[in-house]
Amino acid sequence: MSITKVTQHPTQNEALIFERSQTGRVGYRLPQLDVEETPADDLMPAEFRRTDDLEGVPEVSEVDVIRHFTRMSTWNFSIDLGMYPLGSCTMKYNSRLNEKVARIAGFLNHHPLAPEDESQGGLELMYRLQEDLAEITGLPGVTLQPAAGAHGEMTGVMIIRAVLDKREGEASKQRRVMLVPDSAHGTNPASAKLAGFTVKTIRSTPDGFTDMDHLYELCGEGGIAGLMLTNPSTVGIFEKNIREICDAIHDAGGLVYMDGANMNALVGVARPGDMGVDVIHLNLHKTFSTPHGGGGPGCGPCCCTVELEPFLPTPKVVRENGGYRLEYDRPDSIGRVKAFFGNFGMMVRALAYIQTHGDTGLREATEAAVLNARYIAHYLEKDFEKPFEADTMHEVILSHKKQARKGVHTLDIGKRLIDYGFHPMTVYFPLIVDGAMLIEPTESVGRQELDAFVDAMKSIAKETVEDPDLVINAPHTTRIGRLDEATAARKPVLRWSPDMESTAKSA
Amino acid sequence: MLGAIGLASADELFRSIPEDVLLARKLEVTRPLAENEVITSMETFAAKNEAAVKTSFLGGGVYSHFSPTVVDHLIQRSEFFTSYTPYQPEVTQGTLQYIFEFQTLVCQLTGMEVANASMYDGSTAMAEAFLMAHRVTRRDKVLVAETVHPEYLEVAETYTQHGEMQLETIGFDHETGCVATEGLAKIDKDTAALVIQSPNFFGCVERLNDLADMAHEAGALLIVVVTEAVSFGMLKSPGECGADIVVAEGQSFGVPMSFGGPHVGMFACRQKYVRQMPGRLAGVAYDKDGNRGFVLTLATREQHIRRDKATSNICTNQGLIALAATIYMETMGRRGLQEVAYHNAQKAAYAAKRIAELDGFSIAFSAPFFNEFVVTAPSPAKDILRRLSSEKDILGGIALSGYYKGRENDFLVCVTETNTREQIDKLVAALG
Repeated sequence: MSITKVTQHPTQNEALIFERSQTGRVGYRLPQLDVEETPADDLMPAEFRRTDDLEGVPEVSEVDVIRHFTRMSTWNFSIDLGMYPLGSCTMKYNSRLNEKVARIAGFLNHHPLAPEDESQGGLELMYRLQEDLAEITGLPGVTLQPAAGAHGEMTGVMIIRAVLDKREGEASKQRRVMLVPDSAHGTNPASAKLAGFTVKTIRSTPDGFTDMDHLYELCGEGGIAGLMLTNPSTVGIFEKNIREICDAIHDAGGLVYMDGANMNALVGVARPGDMGVDVIHLNLHKTFSTPHGGGGPGCGPCCCTVELEPFLPTPKVVRENGGYRLEYDRPDSIGRVKAFFGNFGMMVRALAYIQTHGDTGLREATEAAVLNARYIAHYLEKDFEKPFEADTMHEVILSHKKQARKGVHTLDIGKRLIDYGFHPMTVYFPLIVDGAMLIEPTESVGRQELDAFVDAMKSIAKETVEDPDLVINAPHTTRIGRLDEATAARKPVLRWSPDMESTAKSA
Repeated sequence: MLGAIGLASADELFRSIPEDVLLARKLEVTRPLAENEVITSMETFAAKNEAAVKTSFLGGGVYSHFSPTVVDHLIQRSEFFTSYTPYQPEVTQGTLQYIFEFQTLVCQLTGMEVANASMYDGSTAMAEAFLMAHRVTRRDKVLVAETVHPEYLEVAETYTQHGEMQLETIGFDHETGCVATEGLAKIDKDTAALVIQSPNFFGCVERLNDLADMAHEAGALLIVVVTEAVSFGMLKSPGECGADIVVAEGQSFGVPMSFGGPHVGMFACRQKYVRQMPGRLAGVAYDKDGNRGFVLTLATREQHIRRDKATSNICTNQGLIALAATIYMETMGRRGLQEVAYHNAQKAAYAAKRIAELDGFSIAFSAPFFNEFVVTAPSPAKDILRRLSSEKDILGGIALSGYYKGRENDFLVCVTETNTREQIDKLVAALG
């Protein structure tokens, strides 16, 4: 199959804005200045003023801007176009209602340093969300301040560090080992390092669970500060030994941090607080449907036990005499992790999600998410290797083992999915499965879409046998083909300049 | 569907979860609400944000600026806001190209050579800059001006509390409002970086050229922090002044205040330090037919490759807010960014002049300011501001007493292009 690309189509060849710029064009209008003008040198002495006249900054009209971004947008795949089965990312539908309510003027135009007694709506909303997240996780202490998952992880492990330092004083120095499974997200060890911990890796068993023998062995070596555990794990399996794992860590004097990236498998069904977890972060931009936005903003609240609550970041929203206030006097707190109170706009959306679903709907969403993943696993396990026997939760892991024999690898299968109208699954993660394909359909797809996805995957499996090059050279239907990332990294061109093309091509 | 995969009930989906950790009851949250009920609920919260409708002169790191209509319109395109981080470049060129434009614009405004795809906000960007300066210089001490936003300083303290780094603050000159020259004597061979905000928390513009020279003489980096990005349209860029790392809060560029977030951190530095940068970078790449595209690059700095050896733990950043800032910068463009900066400075100058004419009131510092300045009142600022709000519906500024000792009568006033002369005159009349 060969599809000739059209190279002169305007929507396919939208230039960089800098290449579109025309001297003298403007896309804005300010009101006339209504105050008497102060002479320039009195306003700002010349030595402090720019002299470059912002050379290089684009000059474009409003319609130029609209066309520029609208054309570029058509080069993106998105949830609203179709199934986006990116494992571990929970690409569920982003309700327009949530967008609407986050844009209510009383939220948008509210300054974070406005007086507390005139900010009661914002504080009350945060308090309500804290209460709901506490109920959902079974962990009553909540901070909404972290801006994303990794930021929540950092907050969580810093809380562990602060608890140990307070409990053990100087002796805490002997307790600096953070255990992280080999299947973990890379953010886990990176966050542990920020809290001053040394990372030791726990192995997984061949059937995808935490290796209990290795866990006990590492605990026996001493110095355990804690464990960072994703549950369900990144292979989409619930840790059946979760109670025993938490007990082992507690017995070793450590605390258990849970990475809540996979909470979409548990909301309304099981609570980390009931499993023995001490502190967890949630990704409101995954489980609670705030949009991913092409890479953020997120919101990564931390929920913890009563014992850990004093260590949460400052300030914290508290209820007092029927009103709400920010509590700054928190002597055991790890400190502040972000200016102001966190990504408030994401909190509005997440609370709207909880309200829309309610008590029954939250559980139904979890059931649908798990059912959808299970359905895919059921229909694909003959065509693709499914490395683990255990029940799939909200995402299923497959590998390229069968296809690799024909020279077709995970990346190729992912790219070929694009031609079938799907975003690729997460590829080569987690690292413990060779050629991993992590598929998370979420609850936002129906049976017809699941069937279409299963058909696409089966078709690719067939192509692998009949015409492997078709898969290896995919995608065939996109504006550009696979890009040469190695050359891009060798001599990086990271900004536009008039001679950019020649620099990049000479790389 | 359950039947198709051999299950009898939804409960069986969860049979791999031990029974003793299953939740045997319904969650105690609200019943499901209908769409209009959610709207009513949210409007009820919003209505209790009484400050949101008042005439405001609040700044201090979050600013009220006008955002062209196209900004919020374009970021609501499904293709942008319901897309993930661009790990698959063939189907995310829209995101990758705007990140590349964002990086370029940040470089142009800051006068730096490279910029990343965004950080959470200005405060965390500054903390990351401290960690980066430590990696680059292998020195432990960071000297921070006290006139850096106090909440930024708190964040930096949290980020650095468990490493080898020590933060030391440098006081300010009570006459000029700028960093005190005597404090600069602390720069020595152990200093990784000197950190200066300009315009600083008092609104005062610092002499960055001189500070860069002092830092460089000791082999330290100069980190410049900017909380009011509109000032880039008027002030000499930190890069031109000799900065090595520039971090900024981009909220002023088309992003609503939204009770403190989401906003967007900008992070830029010299080319030679690029491999020590935190965060994502988009770069140019070509396909086999020679078509130009963009990819995430230099990923070997990042957590998903390097794990605990990464330059940062950051993964999700502020993508969509970086898009908003990009659309703002491009729509305002070369002329608009300068014009809006000019309006801010002119209106602030007018307000300061009028307030200084009032009996008992004066401008606290002598250094040039951009759109914020500190007023010294004849009585405690907290009382004055409370009265202004309750009697005149004016948020007159931020009392400094919460941040700096001995400044009970001082408050920080911010005037932007959104404040009309009528509003300024009302503020002046209410103070008088």
